[in-house]
Amino acid sequence: MSNFKILMNGIIKENPTFVLLLGMCPTLGTTSSAINGMGMGLATAFVLICSNVVISAIKNLIPDKVRIPAFIVVIASFVTLLQMLMQAYVPALYATLGLFIPLIVVNCILLGRAEAFAAKNAPIASFFDGLGMGIGFTIGLTLLGAVRELLGTGKIFSLGIFPEDYGMLLFVLAPGAFIALGFLIALVNKLKKA
Amino acid sequence: MQYILIFISAIFVNNIVLSQFLGICPFLGVSKKVDTALGMSAAVTFVLTIATIVTFLIQKFVLDTFGLGYLQTITFILVIASLVQMVEIILKKVSPALYQALGVFLPLITTNCCILGVAILVIQKNYDLLTGVVYAFSTALGFGLALTLFAGLREQMSLVKIPKGMQGTPIALVTAGLLAMAFMGFSGVVKI
Amino acid sequence: MKKLESSLKNMLLVLTGVTVISVAILAVVNELTKGPIEIANAKALSDAVSLVVPGFDNDPIAEKKVENLDGVEYAVYPASKGGKSIGAAVEATSMGFGGELKVLVGFDAEGNILDYSVLSHSETPGLGSKSTEWFKQGNKGDITGLNPGQAPLTVSKDGGQVDAITASTITSRAFLKAVNAAYAAFSGERTDGLTGATQKAVQAAPEEGEEPQAAAITDNNEEEKGADNE
Repeated sequence: MSNFKILMNGIIKENPTFVLLLGMCPTLGTTSSAINGMGMGLATAFVLICSNVVISAIKNLIPDKVRIPAFIVVIASFVTLLQMLMQAYVPALYATLGLFIPLIVVNCILLGRAEAFAAKNAPIASFFDGLGMGIGFTIGLTLLGAVRELLGTGKIFSLGIFPEDYGMLLFVLAPGAFIALGFLIALVNKLKKA
Repeated sequence: MQYILIFISAIFVNNIVLSQFLGICPFLGVSKKVDTALGMSAAVTFVLTIATIVTFLIQKFVLDTFGLGYLQTITFILVIASLVQMVEIILKKVSPALYQALGVFLPLITTNCCILGVAILVIQKNYDLLTGVVYAFSTALGFGLALTLFAGLREQMSLVKIPKGMQGTPIALVTAGLLAMAFMGFSGVVKI
Repeated sequence: MKKLESSLKNMLLVLTGVTVISVAILAVVNELTKGPIEIANAKALSDAVSLVVPGFDNDPIAEKKVENLDGVEYAVYPASKGGKSIGAAVEATSMGFGGELKVLVGFDAEGNILDYSVLSHSETPGLGSKSTEWFKQGNKGDITGLNPGQAPLTVSKDGGQVDAITASTITSRAFLKAVNAAYAAFSGERTDGLTGATQKAVQAAPEEGEEPQAAAITDNNEEEKGADNE
């Protein structure tokens, strides 16, 4: 499989948000606006790419029986690294995303890709897999964030599309997250068949 | 009094699944039958309460004492992972009956983000040990309540005709949304 | 390269190795980012202080004072220009709808509100979260220029002078409660060293009150009594 194919696989065919349905907690929890969704997507993509490359590079050094704990240590280290960097350079975004940054550790995408792809492939292919999945996840979160922000407040990326008074606030709140994602997945299913 | 408020708030007002968005994976994954939902809830309650106690003690006596706060994420996840393993081994020896009931759910719990999430929240909220335990226990009950209710709804839903595109996950998510809406009615009931 | 055997020795070695390397890298990065994180945190606070009490030439954060009222500690950042006090920024918290609401309120020397900044909150997005802008100058719930010393701020629903955020009365009450508490700390800090009576009167800010409205009214009376005594 060429690197380009691996990349597109993560973005479209096996999109983590709409097709694999992985990492639902941050997907629902951080998408009250498009920009928050995008921030969370990029943060996850960063960890995903780094952990994929490192795990793939050291995969032969790790005995099979302890591979899961070893993977978790690698992932948790990159998450901590990300926490420190975000606190230092983008404190506002760090405060908004809050708890969901450390929780990247238990995002099933990370361990899932480590196990399903990085543990079997070369570092370069793993890099593209991480990149593709990361972009796919970011697109999913940004899209959901944009839909919720538009329906809830009439804005996308804080740009007014229609007056705020017509917004259905429900979509910014918790129930709207579930409902919007449900209909988005239905739409993706429909498009896939067509 | 304070404990009762935390108890009610964690179960109804700030329900971990329906308003905090933690533990969505098992919420969607093991909610097809009420029986399995109950088993999962029991396993989560058990592990969440123990994990909170252990991570709290480690934070106070190891990480804080040696100024290693930055290792929180990595330590907590390792502690939770090994704790789940230990619980599994001990249950198998001590109470085979309980192991039969909870065994299958235990491995799934490591990646249940509400365990790590609650462990971190207890530290962030600056709770003392007892408050933290009450919070963890009631959060787990809230998780169980949401999961069981949702499983009940999905059992009913399997008997209903659903438009093709909405079958499976989409309709489950919309149902969860309606359930979350119902729980929104509790908001503002208690202030903590 | 062949995969390592799953022997006990290998497993222990590898896990220890991976952990040690990870911790070592994190320790280094922790050292590197410690400075920038402190700067970032300090900058957020100093930005907020210069927003709410503009025009000072001292360093309010370095001159921070802690005011203790009824067992609650408030951070007071006194602002002065040319050695003359021009007011202060006061940090206060109260319980909002979703959790703690932390505000920084700027007062001029007379106790009039200059501006405010919500430092942290967990209010509902789109409802209570509007408190970050709602009470600013030119908006519907404008509180600038008001002086909580004359009458504690309350929402118009409770007979007060401030318009509450649409559909978020609880957040609005909590916000004003924090502002009133900040004022109490502000004037408490001023009157330190003056008569105890005055201080006691101002201390009775609606901090403990379960019902903001009732508490606010009694406070108002007590405050006036305190002023008479003076």
